Amino acid sequence: MYALEFKDVSFSYGEGGFRIPKLNFTVKEGEFVAILGHNGSGKSTLARLANGILAPDRGTVSVFGAPVDEKHLYEVRRQVGVVFQNPDNQTVASIVEDDVAFGAENVGTPREEIGRRIDFALSAVGMQAHRLSAVSRLSGGQKQRVAIAGVLALKPRIMILDESTAMLDPRGRREIMEVAKRLNQEEGMTIVVITHFPEEALLADRALVMNRGELVMQGAPKEIFTRHEELITYNLELPRIGRIEKSLHEGGMPVKSTLNIEELVNEIAGELTCGS
Amino acid sequence: MRIVAEHLSYTYNPNTPFAAAALKDVSLCIEEGEFFGIIGHTGSGKSTFIQHLNGLIRLPSSMKKYRERKPKRGEQLLPRPTLRVGSYDLSEKTTDFRALRKSVGMVFQYPEHQLFGETVKEDVAFGLKNFAEKGKELSKEVETSAVREAIEAVGLNYGEVAEKSPFDLSGGQKRRVAIAGVIVSRPEILVLDEPAAGLDPLGKKEIMELLHRLHKTWCKTVIIVSHDMDEIAENCTMSALFAEGTVKYCLSPRELFQKAEELFALGLDIPLVAKLCRALDERGIHIDCDYTAADFVKKILALKRGEGRA
Repeated sequence: MYALEFKDVSFSYGEGGFRIPKLNFTVKEGEFVAILGHNGSGKSTLARLANGILAPDRGTVSVFGAPVDEKHLYEVRRQVGVVFQNPDNQTVASIVEDDVAFGAENVGTPREEIGRRIDFALSAVGMQAHRLSAVSRLSGGQKQRVAIAGVLALKPRIMILDESTAMLDPRGRREIMEVAKRLNQEEGMTIVVITHFPEEALLADRALVMNRGELVMQGAPKEIFTRHEELITYNLELPRIGRIEKSLHEGGMPVKSTLNIEELVNEIAGELTCGS
Repeated sequence: MRIVAEHLSYTYNPNTPFAAAALKDVSLCIEEGEFFGIIGHTGSGKSTFIQHLNGLIRLPSSMKKYRERKPKRGEQLLPRPTLRVGSYDLSEKTTDFRALRKSVGMVFQYPEHQLFGETVKEDVAFGLKNFAEKGKELSKEVETSAVREAIEAVGLNYGEVAEKSPFDLSGGQKRRVAIAGVIVSRPEILVLDEPAAGLDPLGKKEIMELLHRLHKTWCKTVIIVSHDMDEIAENCTMSALFAEGTVKYCLSPRELFQKAEELFALGLDIPLVAKLCRALDERGIHIDCDYTAADFVKKILALKRGEGRA
């Protein structure tokens, strides 16, 4: 049984709008998957289909074997938490603990249990000290961690981060990716990260590339980023280090594509010393 | 227009429990013609500083606190804050702030959130109308041609977008429209708070290319706030590093990013190329480059060919 399964899924935003012709892919339980794609490639539509915000025109989306349909919608939403891009659009209460409790209260979690869930969720994102703080006085990264805590309080088995780091500064971005990695490793949570940052995709076990509503590449992130020509046709950029490796290569220094600073430096040092 | 700031201080919510000092005695000079980068953590005072540049945050108008007088025993008088942008003295009440704001264009973070016009051309024309002096309103033809020029300057096709709703455009296009709405009044200085934030890598590249084009043609000075050290290294001629409300350094990116230890201590990063140079240095390979990827690759390849070797 897959944590998430898209089977022959097609979807369109109406006549002439964006459409997904046919999408097939699976995510295993405990996997950390990155989804890449330029703006308008269908990444976010995919996230919305995964927890029933949108319903497919044809085909089925299943979460742990249960189809995402009206009958299973509530069950599915409890299993699949989505964190969106703008931290300011995702907070509903003025105090951190109230905000974290909102989702859990909404599905009728008993009061004592909610207290425990808030503890768990805030400590998972490292925000226990801010339990009684005003949400409006937090930094972007902190707000986004509160948004994640609100999702965690529902004890989902899958968490989808839909460009959740796009509006954050480098520190905030690091905080969020660390939380995602930790939840994946320590809690075994299935994580799907939708991102523009190649550096974030490198943290994943597997990367999928979307283009015009279709899945066009998949594999280990490092392997994907060695396929320069293909990425360019999908309007994607290499990580910065990949671009440097590529220019060196084109300039006549055949360094291996490693996407790693240490390894690239070793390659360059090797090239420079063997030539003399 | 040269920008000279001396002893700027600013506190949010003064005299309340939430008082937060955002700027502490900041002095900074930005020469005309620079592509200037401002870096620093969230809360380091960057945004507060740039909001001073076109008078969105005014210098204290009552100068009592700063007036020349004998200090009481043990009291330290604050130096008088001044800010000059070209010939405008922003500490003077009589300064023509409307004219100043026309000369200093400000593009905020996510400027596309501020679009409101029914059509792209109306949205872009707003700035122009707003700055027109009473009784000197522009004729329809002059307005239309100015709007057309601004829209084309940001790389959009006037015929295609002019009559569209700005909300029907893609994220990158919306941002261009927002920038057009600022440059339409022909500012000499263009200030942008994180112009590339939230765009995909290709969109980022296009926006930076656009800014370089504007720098060459429309605006003498471009000032960007950025969190991305690579962006600063690749694009800027000078940079200022803000930390805890003060300017720690004002140097060229080349000099700034040699201070890796100091930057790490402040919790900031250095550009990728600077990291590569450091690691190569440890292996006895010294690369003297300006930390742009192009220069790095050029120097490495030159070394490989045996040029410039001792």
